[in-house]
Formats: sequence, C-alpha cells, structure tokens
Amino acid sequence: MAVQLEVLKSIPYFFNVSLAELESIRKLVFEKAADRGQMILFEGEPAQSVYFVASGAVKVFKTSAEGKEQILNIIRPGESFNDVPVFDGGANPASVRAMGPVLLYGIRKSDMGAILRDHPQITLNVIKVLARRVRHLVSLVEDLSFKRVIGRVARILLEHVDGEMGPGTRLTQQEMAAMAGTAREVVGRSLKALEEEGAIKLDRHRIIITDKEALRKIMEAPP
Amino acid sequence: MAEMPIIDPEKCNGCGLCVGVCHYHALAVVNKIITVIQTVECDWCTDCEAVCPTGAISCPFEIIIQETA
Repeated sequence: MAVQLEVLKSIPYFFNVSLAELESIRKLVFEKAADRGQMILFEGEPAQSVYFVASGAVKVFKTSAEGKEQILNIIRPGESFNDVPVFDGGANPASVRAMGPVLLYGIRKSDMGAILRDHPQITLNVIKVLARRVRHLVSLVEDLSFKRVIGRVARILLEHVDGEMGPGTRLTQQEMAAMAGTAREVVGRSLKALEEEGAIKLDRHRIIITDKEALRKIMEAPP
Repeated sequence: MAEMPIIDPEKCNGCGLCVGVCHYHALAVVNKIITVIQTVECDWCTDCEAVCPTGAISCPFEIIIQETA
C-alpha cells in the first residue's frame, strides 16, 4: 500500500504543511507493518529512523535488570516515536512493541535532517512534539521518584475492599491512578509490586488481598 | 458468564484500536460499533482499556479479602 497523504496530514509533524511539500516528503517515507507482540525497536540499539503510527498502537517501554517492564507511553495513530535518538544521535532509549497489528511510516535519520533544513514549519512542529513529550516524561519521573505511589495504592485497595464496610467499589486502573494522583502506568507497576510482596494476588478481574496486615504496613510506611 | 470489559457507547468513537490489541478476539467491530464477545480466555490484561483514546473501555477490578493465614 502506498503512503497516504491523508495519514501524513494527520501527523503533528506535518500540520500546516502545504500539499506540495507533503508530496515531496512522501517520497522519503517508507512503510513497515508488524503483528501483535512483534518487537519494533530494542533499547540500546542504534537509531535508524523516526516512526509514525499510521494505524494500530505500539507501546514504548523500558525493562529493568530484573525483567520488569515499565510502560512509558502508548503511541496511537498520528503520533511518533524514536524521534529523540534520531535527533540527538544516541541509541534507542527504550524498546517498542506492537500492541496489535500496526502499520508504521518511517523516515530515515539522514532524510529527516534534510527535511528539517528545507521545511521550517516542520522544524517548529517537531519542537512542539518534543516539548509535549518532555512534559509527559517529567510528570512520569515525578511519580516514579518523588511520590510513594505504592502506599497510596495500598490505601485505595483497603478502602474499597468488599466486606466489613459493605459492598466494595469496583475500580479500574485508570480510576486508581486518578485517586492516587499518578499515571495509569504507575498503578500497574504498583499492583505488580504488591503482588510480589505477597500482599495481594491478581486473579483476572479480582484483586485478592491475601495479607491485609502486610498491605497495611506498606500503606503506613513513611515515604 | 465470564466477566468482560465494559464499553461506554457514548464515549466510544469506533476507532477499533482495542480490537487490534486484544489477544483473544474478545472485541469486534459490528456495524461500526465495538462489541464485546464473551470468552473465558479474556485474561484481563487491560490493554484494551489502556489503548482506548477516549476512555470508553473499563476493566474494573473487584477487591476482596481472602487471607490465607
């Protein structure tokens, strides 16, 4: 399938860019398809291209030494990834995997340099995209380093449990994130950590508190 | 009947991202509307909720106590 101009127009990199300019850029865009679960980029490898999601979704994540996955971002149609290493010349800062069948548009690093030199509007757009990315990452860094989110997640579970205080409230990870003042990605990680501590067990749509005392201690631990 | 993710039809814009990420084909587009298909295979990975750009899908957790000691 040929690279669609309509899709290019929906990408923030190319907002307010004339059709003639887009036509010339289209020649530099290549397509890459991937199936669910397929790795698209590996952390630490040299960056070759910047990618845009034309359809589907991918997740950007880092893996800790113990093999834990921390999702940094979910990239949906129109959004880009791997821009940072393409611009700073470093390695891929994170890994990327297809969440479902995806179609990606890519632009090689060498071509991107020429595009930026020839199209000042695109350069301005890229600055906006990167600034938004920095803002998202700053808030994630704040959540991960300064706030003791795990204690707050423990409190939320104890306050919403089914039983003694009447029927419990069913909560989504999104709702727990809003209550804990954090990102959904951080709640997912906290639940996994609580399970590893032996305080809870995740059983499909149930969170089973297997050690209430341990959960209470985690909740009360000083930050 | 297995518990399944819940879709809010008022928030759903029918983009279909959830259909693509589901490992067990528990979501489908029927007449431009995202429909949940009952399956015991759904393991509550919550990827559909995470990927939804409009917050139309929810995978709520029931929180219960079952102390082993």
